[in-house]
Amino acid sequence: MSTAEQATTNKVPVDIRGLRIALSGSDNDIVDEITVEIAAGEVLALVGESGSGKTTVGMALLGYCRPGGRVTGGAVVVDGTPLSELRDADLRGIRGTVVSYIPQDPGTALNPALRIRTQLFETLENHKGLDAKARDARIREALEEVALPNDDEFLKRYPHQLSGGQQQRVAIAMAFAGRPKVIVCDEPTTGLDVTTQARVLETIRDLCRTHQVAALYVSHDLAVVADLADHVAVMYAGRVVEAGTRDQLFTSARHPYTARLLRAVPDIQGKRAVIGIRGRAPLPGHRPEGCFFADRCHLAVEQCHTTFPGAEEVGPQHQVRCFRWRETAGSLPAGEAGAPDVAMSGEQVLTVSSLNARYGTRAILFDINVGIGRGECLALVGESGSGKTTLARSISGLHRDWTGEVKLDDAVLETSARRRSSDARRRIQYVFQNPYASLNPRRTIGQTLARQLQMFFPGSRKEMSARVSACLERVALSDAAINRFPDQLSGGERQRVAIARALAAEPELLVCDEITSALDVSVQAAIVDLLRELRTEMGLSILFITHNLALIRTIADRVAVMTEGRIVELGPTQRLFEAPEAPYTRQLLENTPSIEAALARVDADA
Amino acid sequence: MSAGAIDPGLAAGPVPDVPPPTAASQRLRQRQWLATLAAAMRLTRTRVGLGLMTIMVLIALLGPLFAPHSPTAFIGIPNSGPSSHVLFGTDYLGRDVFSRFLHGGLSVLYLAVASTAVGIILGLVIGLSAAYAGGVVDEVLMRISDVFLAFPQIVFALLLVSAFGPKLWLLVLTVGISHAPRVARVLRGAAQQVVERDFIKAAEAVGESRWRILFSELLPNVTSPLLVETGLRLTYSIGLVAGLSFLGFGLQPPNADWGLMINENRVSLTVQPWGVVLPVLAIALLTIGTNLFTDGIARAAIGLDRSES
Repeated sequence: MSTAEQATTNKVPVDIRGLRIALSGSDNDIVDEITVEIAAGEVLALVGESGSGKTTVGMALLGYCRPGGRVTGGAVVVDGTPLSELRDADLRGIRGTVVSYIPQDPGTALNPALRIRTQLFETLENHKGLDAKARDARIREALEEVALPNDDEFLKRYPHQLSGGQQQRVAIAMAFAGRPKVIVCDEPTTGLDVTTQARVLETIRDLCRTHQVAALYVSHDLAVVADLADHVAVMYAGRVVEAGTRDQLFTSARHPYTARLLRAVPDIQGKRAVIGIRGRAPLPGHRPEGCFFADRCHLAVEQCHTTFPGAEEVGPQHQVRCFRWRETAGSLPAGEAGAPDVAMSGEQVLTVSSLNARYGTRAILFDINVGIGRGECLALVGESGSGKTTLARSISGLHRDWTGEVKLDDAVLETSARRRSSDARRRIQYVFQNPYASLNPRRTIGQTLARQLQMFFPGSRKEMSARVSACLERVALSDAAINRFPDQLSGGERQRVAIARALAAEPELLVCDEITSALDVSVQAAIVDLLRELRTEMGLSILFITHNLALIRTIADRVAVMTEGRIVELGPTQRLFEAPEAPYTRQLLENTPSIEAALARVDADA
Repeated sequence: MSAGAIDPGLAAGPVPDVPPPTAASQRLRQRQWLATLAAAMRLTRTRVGLGLMTIMVLIALLGPLFAPHSPTAFIGIPNSGPSSHVLFGTDYLGRDVFSRFLHGGLSVLYLAVASTAVGIILGLVIGLSAAYAGGVVDEVLMRISDVFLAFPQIVFALLLVSAFGPKLWLLVLTVGISHAPRVARVLRGAAQQVVERDFIKAAEAVGESRWRILFSELLPNVTSPLLVETGLRLTYSIGLVAGLSFLGFGLQPPNADWGLMINENRVSLTVQPWGVVLPVLAIALLTIGTNLFTDGIARAAIGLDRSES
């Protein structure tokens, strides 16, 4: 829709003006100065890392305020009606009819005790004009639109009888069945595999176009957004720091945060190195004077620390809150992607031969043969349920129910870690997916690290504190962390501690099980960077497990692609990306969202 | 030490911007039960409970020092009412009720504490082991617990005590054993949620011993429910110990003991009620005290768990 058309349409479906939501009890704002418009049929992506306030804005559009917060300024106007003027009953009335919602996790958003039909019917309750027959026709139509069967048999099913992708489709059907003017999507594809994600995104996009629905798509995933959104607004610490069309944002980002966020996203097409952003976003109540990003910004000057920059027009529909936006372009180093060049001797540090694993009565892994060279980084890729974690745990002896042979150098390893020698346990170290669960919450970081050191390299209490400091330094954490408890650190810091713990054992093989999946992209980039460095410094071999193909390109030498408990393709990273052999690999590559591919598609269309 | 490709971007330590913690707040984080206790003390019921408990414990501990007479001395006619020199009258043999009351709390207290300790330690080991081991071990331990749970505690205690005779160590042991399966169930439930978390796997991966995983990794994460259980079991222990004394399986005459006093003087209740009323009041206040205190802790523990998740 062109600017001229927009000017004539006074009644845009979504018009948020200067919205401010503050914590009740104090005057600290969660979000402020949010001004956003969405035209009919358009998708606006609200992008930001955890804690940026993006979900708070999404909820405000539904007339909700999260517990502990209240709207203290501005207006949310939906389809010409300011939500603040509505009573609770009227608000309920417009939900599902004018505004509707696609949740992040349909597994918990659908009622497990009700049939699909009942739940779809409920969403039409506010449509007084429709009789039972019309409603039945409407839900069948809605199901057809999301490419689900709409026969009686399907309508009688319960949510648990559907796959994750199907559940999400039902949730989408529920959202669109009421023919709303506005839809709020809260990261609806986060829990889905890439293949399913690609299809779900396509469905959402098509439905918004056909029904002229204005969509607010809340997400942290820039690659998904590049494929889907017409406009993008980037949030940081409760403010929109940059807003513009999709192309403006992705090709000529003006805010240093946007630019750096883009550089933190690994891309399957990309050849650039990913670069993380140091530090963390300030929380409500702890925000500094001046620009909130100044402390983490590579372009910050004195003015940035004293004055909060106002929104500036830097192009048609393109606003930025930054004094230094002219400098952003070209301020980031190019940096080559790909695994660092490490001299590899060619000898195998770990050899897995004909490994079969079971979980209870279910077979998980079938005849796995793979080796890891000394100093090599082997990536293990697969969707959830492919058995990649089971393989990693079998190698580390944390999963015991397997047969076959795992050799460390020339020594055959016992199945369970408990029966292995202390030295064998030391040489393979495991870093867990979730840093929130892998550190004992009742121990300080110092205690955790000291115990690990004591297990493998006993020493006196006196020298221990120096050794703990050395461990922390290796992962770029300061001594201040020693007396902290895990819940006093951010996710990225915790994961660094977990890596420090593993490295304290002076391992030869580091098994990293999805170690960045619980982290924000800017933090993920920093962690990946750390691993690259540790490899060059320590000659570490790494088994890097991930579901994110794009990430592999920045770190791995070789890739093993797994599906349904089998390795379907194993080869050098470069070759795999350029000439994938297995159909499954090709499918994965096609479905992985990519910023560069999305932009290329747009160029081709134009 | 990071990439250092650009400045100030990635260089060196991301230092957390939370304010530096004080020593006291650090201790609270490490010791879950201390934090729970601190939160509990803000509730009125906890304070009232603690007050009652303190008074009764002081009476039991220091009472003998203030008793006007020997608990076994005959000082008047049996069942005489209160008078100026005998505050609460005499019992059925003519001994001073007040002196016997002041002497009679100690045995109830130490038997209850000892049997609670036995029950908690046994239950803790069984509960944590079952949760950690899982599978067959868990099944076997829990089914054995079920068998014990089928007996009401007093019946179970009576069974053993009547078979082996009224010995105090046996009383402690039987009451303790009858607590164990109940404690084990609660702690198993609490520990099961912790066992699932990766830091337990991490400890296994480096070869920590089972014993160390149970008591160094698991235990610090279940101290809140442990505290609640301890308080609850103490309340029950007081009742059970006093009950068994009443039935004649605890301290033997002529020793002074609250449970025993009730039994001895119950016949003369209508003539000289103080011989029964005083020990009954004491036991009631003590159990109400421990119960209120425990209830406060339990409420605080739930609140804490919520804020943590």
